[in-house]
Amino acid sequence: MSATIYRHEFQARLRSMLIWSLSAAALVLFFFSIFPAFADQAALMNQMLARFPQELRAAFSLDTVDLASVLGYYSFLFLFVQLCLAIQAGNYGFGLVSVEESELTADFLLSKPVSRTQILTSKLLAALTSLTITNLVVWVSSFAAISLFRGGRKYEARTLLLLLLSIAIFQLFFLSVGLVISLLVKRVRSVTPYGLGLGFGAYVLSAFSGVLGEVKLELLTPFKHLDAAYIVQHGRYDTPLVLLNVAVTLVSLAVSYWLYLRRDIPAVS
Amino acid sequence: MSIIEVNHLTKYYGKARGIVDVSFSEEEGEIFGFIGPNGAGKSTTIRLLLSLIHPTSGSATVFGKDVVAHGPEIRRDIGYLPSEVFYYEGMKVIDLLKYSASFYDRDCTQRLHELSETMELELHRRISDLSYGNKKKVGIVQGLLHSPKLLFLDEPTAGLDPLMQRKFFNLIRAENARGVTVFFSSHILGEVQRLCTRVGIIREGRIVEISNIRTLQQNNYKKVSVTAEGLNQAAFDLPGVTKLQAENGTLHFFFKGDINAVLQKISGMRVTDVSIEEPTLEEIFMHYYE
Repeated sequence: MSATIYRHEFQARLRSMLIWSLSAAALVLFFFSIFPAFADQAALMNQMLARFPQELRAAFSLDTVDLASVLGYYSFLFLFVQLCLAIQAGNYGFGLVSVEESELTADFLLSKPVSRTQILTSKLLAALTSLTITNLVVWVSSFAAISLFRGGRKYEARTLLLLLLSIAIFQLFFLSVGLVISLLVKRVRSVTPYGLGLGFGAYVLSAFSGVLGEVKLELLTPFKHLDAAYIVQHGRYDTPLVLLNVAVTLVSLAVSYWLYLRRDIPAVS
Repeated sequence: MSIIEVNHLTKYYGKARGIVDVSFSEEEGEIFGFIGPNGAGKSTTIRLLLSLIHPTSGSATVFGKDVVAHGPEIRRDIGYLPSEVFYYEGMKVIDLLKYSASFYDRDCTQRLHELSETMELELHRRISDLSYGNKKKVGIVQGLLHSPKLLFLDEPTAGLDPLMQRKFFNLIRAENARGVTVFFSSHILGEVQRLCTRVGIIREGRIVEISNIRTLQQNNYKKVSVTAEGLNQAAFDLPGVTKLQAENGTLHFFFKGDINAVLQKISGMRVTDVSIEEPTLEEIFMHYYE
């Protein structure tokens, strides 16, 4: 770990981190501010939803949650928070070492007296710090939104904690999978398409998994591993899937270190 | 003790050739010139020594330590100026230099300012606003500010104006006088001749010659052109003359040996024009082909 690199990396991501954090907070607060309207007209809402095709409701997990309850509604919006967090973490993962290479600053960094393990560890910790700050912002804005707009309705605090605690696992997955993919491909020219692709891809997989029912696509996507609707419905994690998720993260990290230590840094021309 | 010791170093990028079976060594305090055309493997060699890339086979040591196993330790005392300089575009020059200095466990502040003054570097401009030549200056200061014991210069003069080139060469000479060993890669023979004590010539990934700059110059061909009335091609049929060609009343040839022999011939003629030139690098390389 090199404090110098850590600081530099954290500062480089400061703006992006602030924008993502504020967007996530705005999403939570805005979305939840219309909860009272939903809750007040629950009967009407459920009637309307019943008219939607089954597949559409499945895609948004609307078949299993009750939008009139605090956590049911929260789990619906949590899906979109997850999508944002996935794209952010994926971006950081893809860009972690590839940005240095595409902007050709890798030569500068790697000719310094630091080992590649130090470089990767410092970069990972810096990205993780940024993600954790975003994570905390989601926590704070979630508590704020719920206490402001729940209008005296009861909710299970333990379940909310389970949801919020899942964020860190979720972020780590996209960070490390993004990183390992960026090291497996020859050269990442631009980070955003990869980050968006990974985030949306995982989301769409999970949505389809809902539509198609029995297909085992949920094994692939963190949106199913840490399915908000499932957590709210059962009040617990789907443990095997969460363990699978953590295993993928750990393997990605290990492979990333292995690849990065052996990597030939591409020359300028 | 040899500062750099390279043993049968080979690097393939997949199937593409980088360098093949390169061996040489550089002694402490030397300025070693590494010349070759583009794509010959000069940068590959430097990048291997900095462990930016990993050898396919063979080994190399710097300061007596293996470059693959002891990279970070070795790089503490290395300064590197790449052929193309790229830095974090959003940073200011001073911040980049401070970032660079923060990797070394010594105080570089004074040296940073001395060097920037010498190179006339504006410290408070953004990297993205700098011209190519100015970025190169940042590279020079960045490579020198931690007082390294070994300098890798990869085609360092590209983009510098002649005045800056001279300052840069003076800087390198001063460093060398303090005992700094310099590894100087270039495709410009002139600058290598001005600066280096020993040279290695690399072609298509292989070392074709390692010699003292003196010997190389003595052994070198001169390119001679003579324009005179009533020129007789036979007059220059001397030992050491090759590729004798007549063209519009001018004789062109390459000469290797004591130049006085040619001068004597010429002084006996009424010439309208004479030129005796250093051969270009290509022409020297042509020599190594044969």
